[in-house]
Amino acid sequence: MLSDLAGYLVTGLGTGCGYALIGSGLVAVYRVTRVVNFAQGAFAVVGAMCASSFLSVLPHGIGELAAVAVAAVVGLLVGLLATTTTPQSALIVTLGLAVFAYAVEVLVWGDQPRSFAGLPGAVSIVDTRVQAHYLLIIGVTLPVFAAMAMFFTRTDTGKALTACASNPYAARVIGIDVRRMGLLAFTIGGALGGLAGVLVTPVQQVTFDSDVTLIVNGFAAAILGGLTRPAVTLVGGLLLGVTQALVAGYGNAAHQTEIALGLMIAVMIWRAIRRPETQEAPA
Amino acid sequence: MIEVKDLVVRYGPATALDEVSLHVDDGEMVALIGPNGAGKSTLVNTLSGILKPAAGSVSVRGRLAHVPEGRQVFGDLTVEDNLRLGGRRYRQRDTGPVHAILPRLAELRHRRAGTLSGGEQQMVAVGRALMSRPDVLAIDELSLGLAPLVVADLVTHLRELNEQQGLAVLLIEQNARLALDLCARAYVLEAGRIVAEGPSDELARDDRLAAAYLGGVVADAE
Repeated sequence: MLSDLAGYLVTGLGTGCGYALIGSGLVAVYRVTRVVNFAQGAFAVVGAMCASSFLSVLPHGIGELAAVAVAAVVGLLVGLLATTTTPQSALIVTLGLAVFAYAVEVLVWGDQPRSFAGLPGAVSIVDTRVQAHYLLIIGVTLPVFAAMAMFFTRTDTGKALTACASNPYAARVIGIDVRRMGLLAFTIGGALGGLAGVLVTPVQQVTFDSDVTLIVNGFAAAILGGLTRPAVTLVGGLLLGVTQALVAGYGNAAHQTEIALGLMIAVMIWRAIRRPETQEAPA
Repeated sequence: MIEVKDLVVRYGPATALDEVSLHVDDGEMVALIGPNGAGKSTLVNTLSGILKPAAGSVSVRGRLAHVPEGRQVFGDLTVEDNLRLGGRRYRQRDTGPVHAILPRLAELRHRRAGTLSGGEQQMVAVGRALMSRPDVLAIDELSLGLAPLVVADLVTHLRELNEQQGLAVLLIEQNARLALDLCARAYVLEAGRIVAEGPSDELARDDRLAAAYLGGVVADAE
């Protein structure tokens, strides 16, 4: 009984890390550009698909990194299109690009699920066997979040990004190129999405339309922090992953997405009740 | 230092500035006064390159720093980070010289700018602008929403900067009396056009201007 619980916790945290990475990609883009990027899930699919191809010729580590780099470039390209218009219109642009990505993905990789080997083997945790790859996911995600926090609060570029998020008009006043910072945010979003895809695929096959599950859960995690707080997004993603693992373990795995949606709606209603006038501050 | 010639700025079909010409010389303090919606902020935003002229020309010799209307500090960042961002073009970003001019900012350095009072935020905005080591400072509404004592303090600092470091200032003000007291020369902007210009004391004696701007200020002060 206890061993089951430990197993669910670890797999839940692993899955949750994927959601948290997707969610933090949404946050990185939204904070700087005010664009809700519906192509965020597609970055993960592109990363995963690329890794599945690259790993047939490249060794582990390099293949995954190359896939993340491709996802970052895709992020930049989406940003180039999305930052030419208002944040509201950009939302539709990203949605359109996410659907367009289906076509490209099916054309290049087909419509069948793909996967590749992750960290082999299994480890024992409280008498239960868990795929070692789950620990790798957690072991990569947490340092990535720590590095992101350092980047945004300690480095010049990170502070300039935070400045754009805090007050875009003032950022322009002091000569920060806000559009370039937006493109950088999209690139970071692409890399984070790609990383999520690369990390999660060995334990969960990916298909061209896996982005829906990823973005719904990633969005649910991000909305907990009002789409602006990476740390809360991490906690939200982990909670979501663990809850889903517990529901799947003790109940019915078919209800996973409903939980994410339910949580998301509950949070949004709660936020609306608590602060009805909360809207974006005028620039 | 600043040379604006026949400047026209439009927002879509609306003309915000219509053939505006003005200049600010080295080390000079010049006021730009006028009612709400006259186009004062549009002019500064054009000077700092945020808006593009539809016609005419804007030239700034040396470095212009812009203190925007409503202070516009980075509320999520500390005072120190706000200042450093102002000096981001330089490798050397010592905030010491700005602390020497505005000592209060040294005390507040670790506070988040969003938690400060209006006067303190205005100091942050001025300090952030000074960090770019400007030759000319364009200040959009120095006194708006600030207590008179706070304004007096800021004005003292500005005078010092002007006298000791030769910093030129283009001061945009709703409080015309304050602006005319501080600056030797002034322009009056109404509905996108310069309607009067000259030495401040002459403008202050102009009956029509006094009725339009200086009368209102007395009422404001009470």
